[in-house]
Amino acid sequence: MFPQPIQKASPGIGISYRIALPITIILWLLPLMAVMATSVRSLADINAGNYWGWPSEWHLVENYSTVFTATPMAQYMWNSLLITLPAVAGAVALSTLAGFGLAKYKFKANIWLFAMFVGGNFVPFQILMIPVRDLTIQFGIYDTHWALIAFHVAFQSGFCTLFMRNFIVGLPSELIEAARVEGVSEFKIFWYIVVPLVRPALAALAVLVFTFIWNDFFWALVLVQSDEVRPVTAGLSALKGQWLASWQLISAGAVVAALPPVFLFFTMQRHFIAGLTLGATKG
Amino acid sequence: MGWWTVNNNMSQANAETGTHGFRVSKNVAPWVFMFPALVIFTIYVVYPILDSIWLSFFQWDGIGEKTWVGFDNYVTLFSSDSFWTALTNNVIWLVLFMLAPPIGLAIALFLNQQVVGIRAVKALFFFPFVISQVVVGLVFSWFYDPNFGVLNSVITWFGGDPIAILSNEDYVTYGIVAAGLWPQIAYCMILYLTGLNNLDPEQLEAARLDGSRGFKMLWYIVLPQLKPATFIAIVVTVIGALRSFDLVATMTAGGPWGSSSVLAYMMYEESIFNYRMGYGASVAVILFLIMDVYIAYFLWRMIRSEK
Repeated sequence: MFPQPIQKASPGIGISYRIALPITIILWLLPLMAVMATSVRSLADINAGNYWGWPSEWHLVENYSTVFTATPMAQYMWNSLLITLPAVAGAVALSTLAGFGLAKYKFKANIWLFAMFVGGNFVPFQILMIPVRDLTIQFGIYDTHWALIAFHVAFQSGFCTLFMRNFIVGLPSELIEAARVEGVSEFKIFWYIVVPLVRPALAALAVLVFTFIWNDFFWALVLVQSDEVRPVTAGLSALKGQWLASWQLISAGAVVAALPPVFLFFTMQRHFIAGLTLGATKG
Repeated sequence: MGWWTVNNNMSQANAETGTHGFRVSKNVAPWVFMFPALVIFTIYVVYPILDSIWLSFFQWDGIGEKTWVGFDNYVTLFSSDSFWTALTNNVIWLVLFMLAPPIGLAIALFLNQQVVGIRAVKALFFFPFVISQVVVGLVFSWFYDPNFGVLNSVITWFGGDPIAILSNEDYVTYGIVAAGLWPQIAYCMILYLTGLNNLDPEQLEAARLDGSRGFKMLWYIVLPQLKPATFIAIVVTVIGALRSFDLVATMTAGGPWGSSSVLAYMMYEESIFNYRMGYGASVAVILFLIMDVYIAYFLWRMIRSEK
């Protein structure tokens, strides 16, 4: 283990380490805590300059219920779910298939197709923007949930294929070969042998991609525009323009928008980190 | 469904007849598996890249006729001040973002201990990466607010004058980059924490027996083992720096007077607000070319390690 375990150091260092930990956490999350504190204040407090003191009155319920009653926030959250869930399912399904195709079959174009998926995953969104917007209009899905679902499935299938392919490569080929000798069809091999083995990877990938899609802002600006379909990132940004002075409401909205990925992260932390750090330990 | 059924029947038929024709199915199978992903990826990623490059040679308002203008868009671009401002800002992003891997490593080293509650501490440090950049942008706009932001409370507490970071041409980009570094450092930290978890304990012991410790040990024994983590950290940081859009859009919309714009934001602004699609496409092509250097290097390394 590096650095040396703190238990081996002198008690003085051990104690100061334990004191330093919560302090650094507070400093690190200071901007976030300021927003959370603001989200329970009254407008009077903010106007009076009480930003750090105890709130003169708690407006937790008022502020958060205003966010849901006076603005389309609930609709935005619902839209985000309607977009994110099918997009995650689609991207993960397509890329598990493609990942298997790339991982366990040898053919000439293999490495180049893999490189295409990987490379496509890194391109700047702007090089895709105008044509994707045109395609979306041509398909007749502009300003619908499908506009974002279709794009996210396509784009995320780049990263997901990279992820699934690398995971499936590590599975033992003997099982697949043995099944093949038995005359099991390729699709049955996929469904009955590969899919059960990749379950843990599917969970990690789904959590990660959920966060990516939920947090997308650029495509939400480019492919949709009405409140009925807008996801929460674009909605929040629009609300910021409308409530210029009502920081307590913007803060509450920001907290609400951040909740689903945060909740997912804390409940699925192990999967999340496993997904994110795939490749960080081997070349 | 049709694809699967055909494939299924073929291999079954082959297995029954016992011919070596079962190889046909094995040759076709990967294409069947890749088909849906390939189709949608080609439509939404590969074709748009080519189409954008093509569009950058036209003058087009997005609705009417396209007019071929050759390299005119690029000529206009290179003589435009806002392009050079955006490009300079992209360089500032790129250079300052390179702080994320070392700071992330420092935090990872600090947190790589086994004490009560350390898991929760690590999770809290990682927190900024999980939330949307729009929220990060709002959080930092509030943090920087000249009237009641945390930053200015601290500055005035130390006796300084408040600074309106986001409306100051000289500071604005640095202010946004600082906001961007926050989640990026968290990402690098988690990569390094995983790397530190997988260090070879025998090598560490051997080095310790040889009297190696502290910074020397980190440099000669630990860092070489963390190379894969460093590589990924640098790749995601470069890509993150060049992709910067969300924070610029939420915090300043490129202002004041375009001084915090980056290529990604400039492209969006020219195409969506100014209806200069061809011109916007040429900005996107430049950004794409810059990124290609990194993408090509990454792919080259990847393909080499696969072979």
